[in-house]
Amino acid sequence: MDEGVRLKLRPIAGIVLRQFYLLCGSPVRVFPMVTWVAIDVVLWGFITRYLNSVSNGGMDFVPTLLGGVLLWDFCTRIMQGVSTAFLEDVWSRNFLNLFASPLSIAEYISGLVITSVLTSIIGVIVMVALATGVFHLQFFSMGPPLVAFLLVLFAFGISLGIFASAIVLRLGPASEWLLWPIPALLSPFAAVFYPLAVLPRWMQWVSYALPPSYVFEGMRALLADRPFPGTLLLQGSLIAVIELLLAAYFYARVYRHAVRTGLLARYSAESVA
Amino acid sequence: MTVPPKPPTQASPECPALRAMNLSKVYGSVTALDNVSFTVSKGEILGLLGPNGAGKTTTINMVLGVLAATAGSIEIDGIDIAQSRARALARTNFAAVYAALPGNLTVVENLRFFGLLYAIPSLVRRVDELLQEFDLRHLRHTKCGLLSSGEQTRAALAKALLNKPQLLLLDEPTASLDPSAAQLIRAKIRSLATIDGCGILWTSHNMKEVEAVCDRVLFLSRGKVLLEGDPKDLPREHGSATLEDLFIRVAREPIAAAAAAAAAEGRG
Repeated sequence: MDEGVRLKLRPIAGIVLRQFYLLCGSPVRVFPMVTWVAIDVVLWGFITRYLNSVSNGGMDFVPTLLGGVLLWDFCTRIMQGVSTAFLEDVWSRNFLNLFASPLSIAEYISGLVITSVLTSIIGVIVMVALATGVFHLQFFSMGPPLVAFLLVLFAFGISLGIFASAIVLRLGPASEWLLWPIPALLSPFAAVFYPLAVLPRWMQWVSYALPPSYVFEGMRALLADRPFPGTLLLQGSLIAVIELLLAAYFYARVYRHAVRTGLLARYSAESVA
Repeated sequence: MTVPPKPPTQASPECPALRAMNLSKVYGSVTALDNVSFTVSKGEILGLLGPNGAGKTTTINMVLGVLAATAGSIEIDGIDIAQSRARALARTNFAAVYAALPGNLTVVENLRFFGLLYAIPSLVRRVDELLQEFDLRHLRHTKCGLLSSGEQTRAALAKALLNKPQLLLLDEPTASLDPSAAQLIRAKIRSLATIDGCGILWTSHNMKEVEAVCDRVLFLSRGKVLLEGDPKDLPREHGSATLEDLFIRVAREPIAAAAAAAAAEGRG
């Protein structure tokens, strides 16, 4: 970072290429990208179908519940895409080779983000195809606001991925288990399936700090034929950008700490500093 | 005949490959490196010797930019690593037994991956050259984790030469090689220094190898430089029969060795 944030394309391409090689060399890695999202869609698809059949109000649960699952999974996949690409370097003990090269932290993170986008697309395609084909979800019926929703969730997913990677870098590979439950821990606050108003006051305050809660409130407003919630979306976008910058700052601080204390040089399965 | 690609950066002939000035590293109350200064000239092989915990790996990690010095500075080909990390590291590379290439990538994938990180021009051609040079052509599609330790060393050396570095750091590069392969690698590294003018910092516990390969050695003990000189002359100058004897003496009695060194310097 000493030379400013000048990004070179070739080192970023290197990080992406490495993940491409890993996926091609081991199709097993593709399997979880598709499986978990497919299970989610099938599970929630049948729940919505059941709810539709027993509800007397004529309410269609498919867009609210299945649409919510789809958007939340998109955000989760982005986060896991970043952190899994990072973990590949942890698992193969590649930090010394990586960070003793001219690669900058900004280039490394950019490579992880691009990798995450590419791998997440696979999951999203499967999800949309299943949800549309089997459960008749009109995912794109929300129109242009959907793009804004996806961008906010994308930014938040990246923030989470960078933050989780920084945690593992700081606490050592054994802290990997801390990373996986993060989406599940946040989901009650993100108000994926219910309006914010049903949450107790203290939970709502946490929700206000989470950009997805604005997205899901906005989505429900649109589906209920209420006016487009532009202000909500603007607030969510602003928070997402701030959190993205904070996550990048946090990662850079952790990296500098690792260089100062020698953690990076002797990073191994047991290192916790 | 293939024409080798130009190195990614232009060398500065007047600068040494490496200049370390007053390097110190302190962890809490432990001083791992204490005011160490040395240079590696272009075309020179400097042996960094010392017992375990002497500060060799600490020094190498600092030169590689993965460990920040508490005090002091490092210049690679005249470029301060603290000021211009990427430019300095583009002129450097390394191979170490504790930094194997990712085992889940093949040899050629690893070379292409690291080639992109070092922004090597004409990468495909450079990778082919290195596969040929290190007799890895038949293993190009083998995952590095499946290679024998000798083959892994060759692959790591091929990666270390991808960018035609001005400074090459080698931490026990022949530790896992059979004598025949080790001899070939030593000759290769020697020619890198002599013909290509690469400065090499070499650590090894094989004193015979150090004597055969290194132009100069630096004895570290408890984070300090105790002795420095020509590996062929040092034992005689310090009253030891061989470099190995001298190493053992320095490792076991560093204070006495330092005093003797100071006395010898005073006489000189």
